Amino acid sequence: MTPQFEIQLIAVIVAVGCALPGVFLVLRKMSMMSDSITHTILLGIVLAFFITHDLSSPLLIVGAAIMGVVTVWLTETLTRTNLLAEDAAIGIVFPLLFSIAIILITRYAGSVHLDTDSVLLGELAFAPFNRMIVFNTDIGAKAIYTAGTILIINLVAIFLFFKELKLVTFDPVLAAVLGFSPTMVHYGLMTLVSLTAVSAFEAVGSVLVVAFMIGPPVTAYLLTDDLKSMLIISVLIGTINGILGYQLAAIFDVSIAGSMATMTGILFISVFILAPHRGLLSIFRRRKMQKTKFGKMTLLFHLLNNESSFIQEQVSQICIVQNHLNWSDHFIKDIINRLQGENCIEVDGVFIKLTDKGRKTTIQEYNELFS
Amino acid sequence: MLLSDYTFQTVAIGSAILGLISGVLGTFAVLRKQSLLGDGVSHAALPGVVLGFILIGSKNTEFLLLGALLSGLLSTLLITTIVKYSRIKFDSALALIMSVFFGLGLVLLTYVQKIPNANQAGLNRFIFGQASSLMRRDVNLMIICGSILLLLLIIFWKEFKIFTFDSEFAQSLGFSPKKLDLLLSLMTVTGIILGLQTVGVILMSAMLVAPAVAARQWTNKLSVMAFLGAIFGAISGIFGTAVSSFIPKLPTGPTIVLFASLIVLISILLAPGRGILHRLYRQKHNRSLNIERRAENDSTI
Repeated sequence: MTPQFEIQLIAVIVAVGCALPGVFLVLRKMSMMSDSITHTILLGIVLAFFITHDLSSPLLIVGAAIMGVVTVWLTETLTRTNLLAEDAAIGIVFPLLFSIAIILITRYAGSVHLDTDSVLLGELAFAPFNRMIVFNTDIGAKAIYTAGTILIINLVAIFLFFKELKLVTFDPVLAAVLGFSPTMVHYGLMTLVSLTAVSAFEAVGSVLVVAFMIGPPVTAYLLTDDLKSMLIISVLIGTINGILGYQLAAIFDVSIAGSMATMTGILFISVFILAPHRGLLSIFRRRKMQKTKFGKMTLLFHLLNNESSFIQEQVSQICIVQNHLNWSDHFIKDIINRLQGENCIEVDGVFIKLTDKGRKTTIQEYNELFS
Repeated sequence: MLLSDYTFQTVAIGSAILGLISGVLGTFAVLRKQSLLGDGVSHAALPGVVLGFILIGSKNTEFLLLGALLSGLLSTLLITTIVKYSRIKFDSALALIMSVFFGLGLVLLTYVQKIPNANQAGLNRFIFGQASSLMRRDVNLMIICGSILLLLLIIFWKEFKIFTFDSEFAQSLGFSPKKLDLLLSLMTVTGIILGLQTVGVILMSAMLVAPAVAARQWTNKLSVMAFLGAIFGAISGIFGTAVSSFIPKLPTGPTIVLFASLIVLISILLAPGRGILHRLYRQKHNRSLNIERRAENDSTI
C-alpha cells in the first residue's frame, strides 16, 4: 500500500466511523455534546497517562472514554438542577475540565510530548509513519487498525441495537414503557461517541472530529426522512468528504483534516441550496409559485365579485383593481399576463373582464375552497 | 511587589475588562439560550485571522481582529440562515459551521506556512490565547471597544430587554427583531473576539457563560444580573491572573476559567431562594411542617 492510499483509507474509515454515531447525536439534539466530549477526553488521557506513564498504553483510550461519559453525566446533573439550561451546562463543564487538563499538562507533564496543539489540531499526513507490526511483519499503518476497530464496534452496536436506538431517539417515553431503559441506551451511545472521538482525534484533531460527526448526518437530514437511509447517506457523504478532501489537500499541499472539514462544509452548503423539497432553491420556487397562485385567485375572485354590481364598468378598470388590491405595477401586469395566457380573462383597453372559461374556473375554485 | 509589577498590572487589567464585558454580554447570550455561541464564534474566527494576515501581510493586531470579527459574524449569519430555512436545529448548525470554519482556517494556515519568508509564526497562538503576552496596546484596544459595547448596551437596553424576553411583543411595538438580533450578535461577536487573545478559543466560551450563569442564581432582574455578571467576570479575571502569577507554571487562561467555575459552583449551592442548599432546607422544613399538621389532624379526629 502506498502512503497516499493509506491516508485516504484512514480518512474514509475515520469519516465513516464518526458519521455513524453522529446521526443519533443530530437527531437527539445533542450535537454540541460532541464538541464538549472531544475536548474533555484530553483530561481523561492526561489522568490515564499519570497512572501508566506510557503514551502508547491502551489505558489512555479507556481513560478518555470514561471521561467522555463523565462529561455527559456532569452536564446532565447540572441541567437536572433546573438552575441553568442545557447549553449553559455544556458551556461550563467542558471548559472547566479542559482547563484542568491544560493546567495538569503545563505543571506536571512539561517534559513529555503531550502538547495541546497536537490534540486540538492533529495531522493525518503523519499517520502512515506509525506502523502496526505483528510478528516482525509490517501489516499497515496503526491508525487503520485503531480507527477500523472503532468503526466495526460502531457498526455492530448500531446493527444490534438499531430498534432500541430508534425507539429511544424518537419516543423515549414509549421506550421506557416498553421496558427499554432510555438512560442505558443514552449512556451506551455516549460511550460510543467518546470511543470514536478518541480514535479519531489523533488523526484529525478534536475540533475537526465535530465536523466529521455532525457534518454528514446534518447533510443527510436534509435529504431523507428515514433513519436507515439517513445512516446510509451519512456514510456515503463521509466517504466522499474523505476522498475529495484528501485530493484537494494533495493539490494545494495543505492540511488534510482541514481540507476534509472544508469539503464537509462545501457539500453541506450545496445540499442546503440544491436539495429537492428542502433546499433553499426549491423553498423559494415554492414560495414564488404560491404567491402567483394566490395572486391569480385573488384577481379572479375580485372580478367575479364585481360582475354583479352595476358599477362594474368602473371597478374593472385595471388601475382601480390595482388600487383595491394594493398591488405593485409589476405584480399586477404579471398576474394579468398569466391569466390572459390561460384564457381566463380578456383585456379591453383599460378594462379587464372574466371570460366564460374564467368564470367557470373561478366558481369551481371558490367551491373547492369554501364548500 | 508583584502587584505593582507592570506586566502583572497589564494582564490583570486586561483580564478584568474582558471578564466585565463578557459577563454583561453573556447575560444576553445565556438568556437567549445561545450560551455556546462563544465557543462557536471563537473557533470560526480562525480563517478570518489567517486571511487578514494573508491580505495585510503583517501580524498587526487590529487587522487580525478585524478579520476575526468578519469571519465570526459571517458564521453567525450562516447559522441563523440555516436555522431559518431548514429543520436543522441551532446546536447542529453551530457545531457544523464552527468546525467547518475551523477546518478552513487550518487549510489557510498550512497554506500560509509555505509562503517563503513570511513571519507567520504564532498566528495560531492568536487563536489559542496567551494572556501573559498581553500588551498595553491590546489593553487600550480592549478599553475602547469595551466602552463602545457597554455604551451601545445602555442606549439599546430597553430594546434588548424586550427582545430577549418577548421578541413578538417587541415586534408588535415596532422594533425590528431582525435588526436587534443582528446588533446584539455583532456586539457579542466583538466581545468574544476581544477575549480570544487573552484566554483563547476554548476558554472564551467559559467566560461568556460562567459569570452570567452565576449571576442568574442571585437575581430575577435583568439589570442586576448583567451587573453581577460583570462583577463576577472581573473578579475571575483579576483573581485568576493573581494566582497564576504567584504560583509558577500555572497558565493564566485556565486559572481564570477555574475561578469563574468556582463562582458558578458557589452560586448554585448557596444562592438564596434558588440555590441547592436552600432547596434542601425548604424540603426538610416542609416535611417537618407536614408531620406537625398530620399530628394536629390526628389529635382533632
